[in-house]
Amino acid sequence: MEQTVQTAIRCRGITKRFGEVVANDGIELEVRYGEVLALLGENGSGKTTLMNMISGIYHPDEGVIEVDGAPAAIGSPADAQALGIGMIHQHFKLVEPFSAMDNIVLGTKEKRLPAKALRRKVLELCETYGLTIEPEKPVREMSVSEKQTVEILKVLYRGARILILDEPTAVLTPQETDKLFAILRQMRAKGCAIIIITHKLNEVLAISDRVTILRRGRSVDTVETAGVDAARLTELMVGRKVSLSIRRPEPKDPQTILKVVDLGVTRPDGSAALTDVNFTIRTGEILGVAGVAGSGQKELCEVLAGLLPAQKGAALYHKENILGKSPAEIINLGISMSFVPEDRLGMGLVAGMGMTDNMLLKSYREGKGPFVDRAPARALAESLIKELNIVTPGTETPVRMLSGGNVQKVLLGREIESGPNLLITAYPVRGLDINSSYVIYDLLNQQKEKGVAVVFIGEDLDVLLELCDRILVLCHGRVTGVADARTATKEQIGRMMTGEEVDL
Amino acid sequence: MSQTKLHSEPLLRVVKRAERPAGQAAALRAVAVVLSIVAGGVFLLALGQNPLAVYGTMLSGAFRSAMAIQGTVRYAIPLCISALAVTLAFKMKFWNIGGEGQLIMGAVFASYFALYHANLPHVVLLVIMALAGALGGGLWALIPAVCKVRWGTNETLFTLMLNYIALYIVQYLRDGPWRDPESAGFSKVARFDKNVALDKLFGVHIGWVIALVLTVVIWVYLRRTKQGYEIAVVGESQDTARYAGIPVRRVVLRTMFLSGAVAGLCGMVQVAGQDMTLSIGVAGGVGFTAIIVAWLCQLHPGMIALVSLCFGVMEKGSGVVQSDLGLSADCADVLQGVILFFILASEFFVRYAFVARKKGGAR
Repeated sequence: MEQTVQTAIRCRGITKRFGEVVANDGIELEVRYGEVLALLGENGSGKTTLMNMISGIYHPDEGVIEVDGAPAAIGSPADAQALGIGMIHQHFKLVEPFSAMDNIVLGTKEKRLPAKALRRKVLELCETYGLTIEPEKPVREMSVSEKQTVEILKVLYRGARILILDEPTAVLTPQETDKLFAILRQMRAKGCAIIIITHKLNEVLAISDRVTILRRGRSVDTVETAGVDAARLTELMVGRKVSLSIRRPEPKDPQTILKVVDLGVTRPDGSAALTDVNFTIRTGEILGVAGVAGSGQKELCEVLAGLLPAQKGAALYHKENILGKSPAEIINLGISMSFVPEDRLGMGLVAGMGMTDNMLLKSYREGKGPFVDRAPARALAESLIKELNIVTPGTETPVRMLSGGNVQKVLLGREIESGPNLLITAYPVRGLDINSSYVIYDLLNQQKEKGVAVVFIGEDLDVLLELCDRILVLCHGRVTGVADARTATKEQIGRMMTGEEVDL
Repeated sequence: MSQTKLHSEPLLRVVKRAERPAGQAAALRAVAVVLSIVAGGVFLLALGQNPLAVYGTMLSGAFRSAMAIQGTVRYAIPLCISALAVTLAFKMKFWNIGGEGQLIMGAVFASYFALYHANLPHVVLLVIMALAGALGGGLWALIPAVCKVRWGTNETLFTLMLNYIALYIVQYLRDGPWRDPESAGFSKVARFDKNVALDKLFGVHIGWVIALVLTVVIWVYLRRTKQGYEIAVVGESQDTARYAGIPVRRVVLRTMFLSGAVAGLCGMVQVAGQDMTLSIGVAGGVGFTAIIVAWLCQLHPGMIALVSLCFGVMEKGSGVVQSDLGLSADCADVLQGVILFFILASEFFVRYAFVARKKGGAR
């Protein structure tokens, strides 16, 4: 079948400034119908800014966005929709109690169709693109990947032929990711233009036809995916050669430091968050925790930090039960949490304070008298800036103004400086680019070599398998197994994450 | 593909801007002050007054004599102390709009000793009254804090409603147990004994010294102490505070007590320094104006002292304008409102910028 390749979107010299910061600097980008374009770049390289301009949320200061060959003034998301552009955001924008089809038509200007006709229309759309969905199912009963399907249907229903997906795989299991990619391939075959933002190089290589690489707000290159490998992409993204293998030193003299026995936790709404959880953590090793988002990772962290009461079981730290102790008591035992929730600044750091005051967060009680001594904290902040190459205008700049990678370094740096015996870190590289991620892995390995017991709650299975010594897999708050990271495969872990007991 | 009809880009867009340099922000605020004076002048012209004369009278009225200056300071004192009081709670993002009620309860507690223990040695009596005032205000503030911590009640509504209850308590005391038997016609609380009066320094009761000392103390407390640090963390994020091992509930209760205590102390200063009796006008809306002052100063204690004085000038000056030029009290209030409006609006321009649509769409 011969088809003329038609350009869907062409960006020419797009520049966008936020105050002093130039987020996009003369960006050139082109996506054609019938192809998947991956947009790759480090944090703060301007990917999301660019996509927000294409979908009408921001307006470029300079440059032209052409849609179907004609310059388009995309003044609002409604304009983008009229031009056939649909964006699927990382955080779903769905009405939970509504059914899938109600969510799909929500906000369209057309007259409300009778349920039957609507259902038929939705199912037809599903068939066209190879999606599966139950139109009457309420969104709140759906899994993450089903919700994502609804989001995709939402934009397709509005006639979108140009789809933008912002980190769509961040919340999916490997199996679900494969399914999503199958859908994307089908849409490509139907002639859609797809732009996908992701940090994961293997996914870029698996799904895209071409890759546009952004670095510090500029589009540095666009390459055919077939002609490159992960190392080359990293090099383009970072601007120099980077080794992609993660170091994994052998654990030295592992001793059990924390033993969790029959832990049971109920959420405030009465549902079980963790059920009969048993595992041990040893010094000098990294224990990975894998699981689909919402499998009980958050509750596990909060229980061990003393923020959430446990209903059953015990957590024995040096044979002493820490359940029921206050957060302050647990901090004094040398258990350190660098818990990074979805919004990164939600816990662990005070967004509106500078680095100095954030360094004080857990240590401000030290020293006699009613006054806070900020001098050591400032010195610590300064030494962290140097050691970890934290990019910040100064120690008093509010951390909310820093980029994601730098925020992460501030948080982890502080936790490590407190000299913990047990370091629990949740999603420390979430949303981070390759370079920053490797800095974090190195930091964790250094701690491991110093004999600290490290718990790494992660989402990228490739990383878990390369970095950790053992991997604990959670599914619906139960432990489905503890795998040896040196021998387990990605498929095994993925199956355990969906609840299968796997013989290892 | 047919040309799609597009919604046009709005003529003006509001964009959140990166932090402005401090100098620029200060310049903007200065412009706002000038504009407010101009707008107020237009208003005065419309009334047939000469704006320059009115403004001149206002300024000279506030400063023309030692007595005028003393009057100005007397207006500023309660404003400054109660603005400092609510600042403590606001730093914690606890919306204490009950400064008025806490001030009144402080006045009530202090008045008890003024009425029934007036024969105590002068200094002892004043210290007891100050402590009683602080206790009264503190306990009054503790009520909404306890309910917030225990049951998650809305502190804004709660503190607001307690203002009225405090006011009616004064009314009850005035009409009932504390009624001055010697007052023949309408009921009132008896005038305090001379022994109760706050000492004077440079012709003004020492409330102004208390206000200045409190300004420094609260600045140090918020910026330099562990407790002040805890307040800031709790205000930014309770989750983070809990994670860091800060006892959030205790911090909330303690801070609200202190906030109320400072307001209560203000009540004591008012009854012993200014009114020499307890009346339902003891607070007279100061607790509410204090909220405006605190926000205007972005919760900075030093600025609060300064801005309170400016409010004192306006207050005293418009009083003189009333008597000298016959401008009604309502007009003076409108003038004050205009000035406030401009200054508050300038904060919007400090944080946001307007971007005009470019010709021919994005180019």
